[in-house]
Amino acid sequence: MEEKVAIIEALIFASETPLTAERVVEILPGTDKKEIVLLFGELVREYEQRGGGVCLREIAGGFQFRTRADLAPWIRKLMTGRPAMLSQAALETLAVVAYRQPLVKAEIDRIRGVDVSGALKGLLEKKLVRIVGRKDVPGKPIIYGTTRKFLEVFNLRDLSELPTLRELKDLQE
Amino acid sequence: MSYEIKLDIFEGPLDLLLYLIRKNEINIYNIPIALITEQYLAYLEMMRSLNLDLAGEYLVLASTLIHIKSKLLLPPDESEGEEEEGEDPRAELVQQLLEYQIFKEAALRLENRPLLERDVFTRGAPGEAPSAAEEEGEAMIEVGVFELVAAFRRIIAGFDRPEELEIDAEKMSLIDRINEIMEMLSEKQQMTFVELIGDRTDRRRIIYTFLAILELMKLRMIRAYQSGPFGAIRLFLAVEE
Repeated sequence: MEEKVAIIEALIFASETPLTAERVVEILPGTDKKEIVLLFGELVREYEQRGGGVCLREIAGGFQFRTRADLAPWIRKLMTGRPAMLSQAALETLAVVAYRQPLVKAEIDRIRGVDVSGALKGLLEKKLVRIVGRKDVPGKPIIYGTTRKFLEVFNLRDLSELPTLRELKDLQE
Repeated sequence: MSYEIKLDIFEGPLDLLLYLIRKNEINIYNIPIALITEQYLAYLEMMRSLNLDLAGEYLVLASTLIHIKSKLLLPPDESEGEEEEGEDPRAELVQQLLEYQIFKEAALRLENRPLLERDVFTRGAPGEAPSAAEEEGEAMIEVGVFELVAAFRRIIAGFDRPEELEIDAEKMSLIDRINEIMEMLSEKQQMTFVELIGDRTDRRRIIYTFLAILELMKLRMIRAYQSGPFGAIRLFLAVEE
């Protein structure tokens, strides 16, 4: 294995959050982003070919080792406590924010047909949704958007990995 | 004493309406309003008799349905051109239902993704990373408005000398102070209440600082922590970058 690939593998392993190419460039002098992205790709393929219990996934713009989804029942035995699940109200609210961001609460209320204050508060506390700013209209309502943690929790490279609204709509017709 | 039970059978009036449409195998573009209104009201009655917490939104939609029904009963408006048919009074509701249906599907897709700490796991990292305060080894408790008010009183009491009579040309607004505090916090990660006030004893400045902190806490943009009773109150940014 090329030394640089080995270094990157070690960096990803030691990093607590998904490791970005920019961060690697900072650490490895004399490299550029393009090169690092290629090396990331090489590593991803190596792990794919190996077919082991650990995958290298692109998450929230960086790379992170994650266990294979179908092995979850074994890992859950290792973990204490149950995974924190989101309620249906929270999931619907989160979906609206993810697709329509940046948006104000009134817009989420309108789409879901209910007052989403409670669900929104929970999502803010879980750091899945954040305050992006305030809208420049009377009352200066707060504008919301999803966080990096949202991408991490939902195993997403970026927002474009979500099916588009059109795809979801076509599915229903 | 009455007990209210909240059962999340339906996620809201639109959800109930979609359920009725599906149950009756109705085409969403051609909803028989009379039938659906009747069933919808019957459900509300049932929910009420079960003493379920009936949110006001359910009643709003009930009135919308009745309004649509009454419109449909009226003969078409003569004044409108013959070719130009009046808009279907159901159109707006149908649009809303279709939109909501799409987001319900989107929520389902989200839930079915491989979720962190449910389906996929990272290296030995359950739960959240410790906050800056925890890393310092200082146990912090989150404080509320009352602790802040107490701290405010202590600070005010510290400035017992009479305020100098000076016409203060410096105009200060709450918004400015909020922005200043957010800037300082994003630079220093955490600051104590006293640090934020600074060594200027201008009463107005102290009050504005206090109000700004309260406003920011209300908006959940900052969090306040204290290491113990009468300990220094530390403020942290609550918003992720």
